[in-house]
Amino acid sequence: MSTGNMNLTLKVWRQKNTKDKGKMVDYKVADISPDMSFLEMFDVLNEDLITKGDDPIVFDHDCREGICGMCSMFINGRPHGPKDAVTTCQLHMRSFKDGDTIVVEPWRAKAFPVIKDLTVDRSAFDRVIAAGGFISVNTGNAQDANNLPIPKAQADAAFEAAACIGCGACVATCKNASAMLFVSAKISQLALLPQGQPERYKRVQNMVAQMDAEGFGNCTNTGACEAECPKGISLENIARMNRDYYSAKFISEEEG
Amino acid sequence: MSAINSNIPEGELTTKWTKFKSSVPLVNPSNKRSLEIIVVGSGLAGASAAATLAEMGYKVKCFCFQDSPRRAHSIAAQGGINAAKNYQNDGDSTYRLFYDTIKGGDYRAREANVHRLAEVSANIIDQCVAQGVPLAREYGGLLDNRSFGGTQVQRTFYAAGQTGQQLLLGAYSALERQIGMGKVEMFTRHEMLEVVKIDGKARGIIARNLITGELERHFGHAVVLGTGGYGNVFYLSTNAMGSNVTAAWKANKQGAFFANPCYTQIHPTCIPVSGDHQSKLTLMSESLRNDGRIWVPKKKDDTRKASEIPEDERDYYLERRYPAFGNLVPRDVASRAAKERCDAGYGVGASKLAVYLDFKANTERYGKIEAAKAGIQNPDKETCMRLGTAVVKEKYGNLFDMYAQITGENPYETPMRIYPAVHYTMGGLWVDYNLMTTVPGLYCTGEANFSDHGANRLGASALMQGLADGYFVLPYTIGQYLSKEISVKAIPTDHPAFAEAEAKAKGILDTLIGIKGTKSVDHFHKKLGLIMWDKCGMARNAEGLKSAIAEIQQLKKDFWSDVRVPGSADEYNPELEKAGRVADFIELGELMCIDALNRNESCGGHFREEYQTEEGEALRDDEGYAYVAAWENKGDGNFELHKEELKFENIKIAQRSYK
Repeated sequence: MSTGNMNLTLKVWRQKNTKDKGKMVDYKVADISPDMSFLEMFDVLNEDLITKGDDPIVFDHDCREGICGMCSMFINGRPHGPKDAVTTCQLHMRSFKDGDTIVVEPWRAKAFPVIKDLTVDRSAFDRVIAAGGFISVNTGNAQDANNLPIPKAQADAAFEAAACIGCGACVATCKNASAMLFVSAKISQLALLPQGQPERYKRVQNMVAQMDAEGFGNCTNTGACEAECPKGISLENIARMNRDYYSAKFISEEEG
Repeated sequence: MSAINSNIPEGELTTKWTKFKSSVPLVNPSNKRSLEIIVVGSGLAGASAAATLAEMGYKVKCFCFQDSPRRAHSIAAQGGINAAKNYQNDGDSTYRLFYDTIKGGDYRAREANVHRLAEVSANIIDQCVAQGVPLAREYGGLLDNRSFGGTQVQRTFYAAGQTGQQLLLGAYSALERQIGMGKVEMFTRHEMLEVVKIDGKARGIIARNLITGELERHFGHAVVLGTGGYGNVFYLSTNAMGSNVTAAWKANKQGAFFANPCYTQIHPTCIPVSGDHQSKLTLMSESLRNDGRIWVPKKKDDTRKASEIPEDERDYYLERRYPAFGNLVPRDVASRAAKERCDAGYGVGASKLAVYLDFKANTERYGKIEAAKAGIQNPDKETCMRLGTAVVKEKYGNLFDMYAQITGENPYETPMRIYPAVHYTMGGLWVDYNLMTTVPGLYCTGEANFSDHGANRLGASALMQGLADGYFVLPYTIGQYLSKEISVKAIPTDHPAFAEAEAKAKGILDTLIGIKGTKSVDHFHKKLGLIMWDKCGMARNAEGLKSAIAEIQQLKKDFWSDVRVPGSADEYNPELEKAGRVADFIELGELMCIDALNRNESCGGHFREEYQTEEGEALRDDEGYAYVAAWENKGDGNFELHKEELKFENIKIAQRSYK
């Protein structure tokens, strides 16, 4: 397949399974087009490996439109690569130069164990949501949606927090492997809306407890998560989460 | 087995669903606890169904192939969801939504199902808002709406260009709540490989744990498939890479008829293909057509830049041909019109397979309004463009960013280049009014079934159908079946039917690994995609379809003798997953061509070149083809056609006109 003229060296983390030690392996790729996405470049490499009888590199990906949050590569020391505010599937080879050496690793965090090669287990995120990242409303008894007007600014702020795709870049880039950006985004979204008020303080306590139980580290306000988030989720959410968390302590004491 | 009964309730169209709900047998709460339901798929239809069924008290097991239900491809839907709320006071009603959907579907959908969809649409919005889904609001705090193709009212609710994401995360949070309470057992990174049938009824599935490779047996009193569409049969499509037809196809092999497979929606506004490395196509939301004007140069092979082509040398062909709907004609009409212009030599860009989607005029118009609001008198063009750009950014910012990222061009400055691409499949497993397939106890919801869209889907109606099925339809209709199953004890999975189904699944995996051929799975997938796009794509004809069938049969032979699947079946092996899915796509591709060849008419997403009006519009044959084509799989590539006649009692069938 000759579609371009970029030649690159890749250093890729290979690890057979969770128990295997894993190591970096070098690969050469040739004739890469600058219009390819980073994952399409990997497709070309894998096609080559399969034809040669080698095992292809396993990586998570699905929508390839930057929204499902599945792709998860650490590229040259940054989650989702060198560009700001994009996922790996939306990173194109025009962001690299002919002759570059590119280092590719899986997400690095104890709470995200490697499954194989570049694929990690992010189910801890689901368990955090299951602990409280919802509004307890059963199907079929909702009131008319316009009965409760929500100021536009508030709805927009909730939407901005809700835009999180759960990719885990925030965890992967944090020196403490903290999940606070992810967790606070959901807490913020629901705390900003009138529908989220009844469970607001219970929610923050439950979700934070689960986050800790999963083995994520704490936040030390370094801000790498915000800088590397492909969806621009703001640190303000962490501030809001902390405020609600402390409020919850007092509220539950009063109620208790 | 050959008679199919749609089980549409008797009576007046507008009261069918209400009457059905009040007369359907119920299952009492203590019995619900002992009834087990398997839900395969966790997108809008699957997640909403699994959550709602668990809320009702059933024991639910939910399966998805992704690492989390939050990744289901519903998340990628951009533009919006329709609901007949008439919040804009522009004359919308349940009937009008019903009418637009039937007409938009080219009179190939079932009246009763579509009316029910229109009825429950309003509840969907209420449900999602109650869950905390942040839909767009106006300054007064009320919900905002916009327009989509094929309609003249504003009934589309949205959350920027991320509506699918927000709705899915709403359904996902409802599902996670039930998982947290232990009422849904979730199996992620699992793929369904067989339906297990006992005494003719669906009683479970064989699923493969994708991490360990282990085959698992799961019992259910009923099985629900909400596994999405099969657009990836074309290789290049807007579907996620993992979207597949395997679950539905295995069900077809177990007796569930496959309906209208040839109806594929080609979406008019996708980013054009840039090279042969391409793995998938990216959609630009249809909502962009609210503010984008579509044009090509009036001169053939015009190589000038868009900005150098003066206004009077541009052909706004949709506005010219369809003055009443203009840029908002339905997707099938817009797609064919783009293909027609490009085929005639007026395409733009390097490949000449693209048309312009231009925001300049509306950006300037918005700028003027903003300037007036800010009290700026006689604003110059530059000021208007600057102020207008901010408005456009707020409405479509993420889509513009996505376009810039993929193409390397700035769409705020130059018009987008777009071309049609495979997007959504209206065909799927045949279901009756209860959403049950021809296999008792096997249900199918959302894009995986055929029911509500006819030959063409209007924009913002897929999200509506997925959630309608999952939240408001299936949870009612499944009770009818389960009320007769309350005395059935859970069947142990050492039952011979489970063993047999597992052996079948294992046999296929072992065969695939054992071929050890020379060509990768993708090699075959790409070949299939080219055949399908060329001969069963935006336009089809009898000769092409016949040759496609022969080519696919040959491709099937080559695949099963020369595919190379590395690794083994007892480990995490994405190539093996892909191989199984492509094997199924090949068989389905053949059926799609057979179905397209059978349908000697043009309608919606199915355009047979032999059947068109003098102006090049689709020419239906309502005498001969007003039926659902439901295909029974007889094995070895043999299919028997069953017809469900479509009766239009409330809408007069007419030639579709958007002029």
